Amino acid sequence: MTEHVAADVAIIGGGTAGCSTALHLRWRGATVILLERGLCGGQASGVNYGGVRQQGRELAELPLARRSRAMWGRLAEIVGSDCEFVASGHVKLARSDADMAELEAYREAARPYGLELELLGRNDLRTRYPFLGDAAVGGSLCADDGQANPRLVAPAFARAARAAGADIREHAPVTMIERDGARFRLRTASGVEVSAATLVNVAGAWGHEIAARFGERVPQDVIAPNMCVTEPVPYFMRPNFGVCGGGFYVRQIPRGNVIFGGGRGVADRERLRAYPVATTTLDASRQTIALVPRLRHTQIIRTWTGIEGILPDAIPVIGPSRTTPGLIHAFGCSGHGFQLGPAIGAVLSELILDGATPTPIAAFDIGRFAA
Amino acid sequence: MDDRPPIVIGAGPAGTRAAATLAAARLVPIVLDEAPASGGQIYRRAPAGFTRPYRALYGFDAAKARRLHTVFDGLAGSIDYRPDTLVWDMRHGALHCLCGGRSREVPYRDIILAPGARDRIIPFPGWTLPGIYTLGGAQIALKYQGCAIGRRVVFMGTGPLLYLVAYQYAKAGGGIAAVLDTTPFAAKRRAVPGLLRGGSTFAKGLWYVAALRARGITVANGIRPVAAEEKDAAVSALLYRDAAGTQRRLACDAVAFGFGLSSETQLADLAEIPFAFDPVQQQFLPEHDITGRTPVRGVYLAGDGSGIAGAVAAELCGERAALALLEDRGHEVGKPRPAELERALRRIAAFRVPLEAAFPFPADIAAGMPDETLLCRCEGVTAGEFRRAARTLEADEINRAKAFSRCGMGRCQGRVCGPAAAVVLAAALNLPTERIGRLRGQPPVKPIPMAVAT
Repeated sequence: MTEHVAADVAIIGGGTAGCSTALHLRWRGATVILLERGLCGGQASGVNYGGVRQQGRELAELPLARRSRAMWGRLAEIVGSDCEFVASGHVKLARSDADMAELEAYREAARPYGLELELLGRNDLRTRYPFLGDAAVGGSLCADDGQANPRLVAPAFARAARAAGADIREHAPVTMIERDGARFRLRTASGVEVSAATLVNVAGAWGHEIAARFGERVPQDVIAPNMCVTEPVPYFMRPNFGVCGGGFYVRQIPRGNVIFGGGRGVADRERLRAYPVATTTLDASRQTIALVPRLRHTQIIRTWTGIEGILPDAIPVIGPSRTTPGLIHAFGCSGHGFQLGPAIGAVLSELILDGATPTPIAAFDIGRFAA
Repeated sequence: MDDRPPIVIGAGPAGTRAAATLAAARLVPIVLDEAPASGGQIYRRAPAGFTRPYRALYGFDAAKARRLHTVFDGLAGSIDYRPDTLVWDMRHGALHCLCGGRSREVPYRDIILAPGARDRIIPFPGWTLPGIYTLGGAQIALKYQGCAIGRRVVFMGTGPLLYLVAYQYAKAGGGIAAVLDTTPFAAKRRAVPGLLRGGSTFAKGLWYVAALRARGITVANGIRPVAAEEKDAAVSALLYRDAAGTQRRLACDAVAFGFGLSSETQLADLAEIPFAFDPVQQQFLPEHDITGRTPVRGVYLAGDGSGIAGAVAAELCGERAALALLEDRGHEVGKPRPAELERALRRIAAFRVPLEAAFPFPADIAAGMPDETLLCRCEGVTAGEFRRAARTLEADEINRAKAFSRCGMGRCQGRVCGPAAAVVLAAALNLPTERIGRLRGQPPVKPIPMAVAT
């Protein structure tokens, strides 16, 4: 039995960006159907590290990240839950003088975007965070950054969107997409046929496949960040820590668990599966202990990873298709999309309903990959 | 020809027989076991220097225990035995083994998983009070250390272990407040014709009950736990409703409880063996056939880790799985022995159905547990919080309910609370238990310290 649904907008992908788009569109009265292959938040939006970080981003991402940060602070109002967001601060640690110089340069460059960063010398670091080991020689604190529980965010946006009247379909993999006159026609394996004036491609690590159907080639690869969580230990570490050069991060949640990551697991994009890698876990443990020695005897209780799409320049594609009117893309967040998700939804809703957005997104144009 | 040694995980009845069969074919298997000595849970050995005789330690099963220990000890030199070793991850042809604070990678091609089982529990209000143990835990205290868990112990729950452990306590001179069986007497009577086919197993069960009654110990059927009471930071009484529905209070200083066993399936999960719901055992189990072969080439299952069938079956399927491995490696194993093992396994499987009927998992206790019951002790999640998360946050699948509520996210990774949580969730959503899925396994199989050397 085929079910026919007509909507103003069809969204493919139930990550935070997709669910946020659905919610924003409903606020302004557009009819929306969202098609998610598995469960909302089941991939990168839900299985990432949970850092809500502006510091350290490509400058081109900062306006979008600033806008998203404002939404994180109002999450309870927007989706009915704060999703355990805490503005705990984020400290990027320097392990050499060169690192420190990089942090200073970034602070100056980020200032015009309204991002306030405080540089910390070795003594500041020891005074404020006495639990740090000798590996760190300085750092940069963004007091405005923080962390949240990734498992909660996309589903919270999905529920809010559904409550606002969006038609959210989980377990609905899209098997057919075609342009049908001025509209798009989609079919799902679950037996839904959709007709929509606008199509939003927020399919994450699989977004380039949809773009390719409309003649837009985007060289998207995948990564699987390897992450670990420990048993709860008394709360001692408020900020979320990263290091210059990236690739390693640690935070503690108020209930006591320490979450850390570094290195890569194995991503199997075809089978929708990703695996943490034992040797990577042990390496990341060693790095964490070097930074926070008191964690030596803490036990790791779980490791995990997820599939994230990454683009060659490590910034996403966000904006209208260059080939197909009515098609809008947002994918390829390259391992740092969690913080951006809420604002991407706001921006896409503006592109759809107003044809423009006040947030600068020119750097994310899909045209940059055209041969 | 690939001569990488086959690997056996577990040195209980299944692992021992598997190792012996492989050693007989001169393959020198690597045997990895978490315990310091072979025997598994059922034939766990007393620490070195303890001198209690087999008869005192293992009762009716003394001969079997001695035989199995002798077989294992006789393998010295023909197997590569690594006790005190936790296999904490398994993927793509490599095991990660923690031993003495050091993690080592062990490559594998063929592997027999015989990880055994654990107690299946249903939380009730007060179940985390000091003095409350699982039946298996109470048995270990006695078998391993010669200690009782209390001076006046209530044994509560269902399954063959309930009477066995109570009997062992009585025989060792332990004080028993009562044996409270959640199964109604009528269910057991209905199961008798089937149980009689089980021969000595059934006879032993009857004998334990008679022996307990002969000592003047109350054995009550069809009870429902209500709550444990606390005094001086320990359990002081168990409240329960008897078969007639009257609430009763039993003073005690310890409780041993359990509702049958759950298979340890995390390694099978990491090995990517598909799972299917077993309606008899009410658990998702890794798929395998009677030979122990699984849909994943080179991975074999044996013993209670592949489905609860008991120690006798574990020995048989340990040997059968090892023969399957040998057949698949091109060894000549002949037809008679595999056929004989399979016949014996089928006989035991036929007995399993009435046994489960005699000791059914009381899902109604889990489904109806009061909201204030601590369902997940690691993360401090009550049944009420879990139900609310399921209903109001639209979690119709166990992994999602776990993500939203934190139930099953702690140190035990749902090994303890998972079976009951599945029933609570299914009941809250009015779905059959198999519909809400199973908790996905993620490494480490058990917690490992961060400061692991490699």
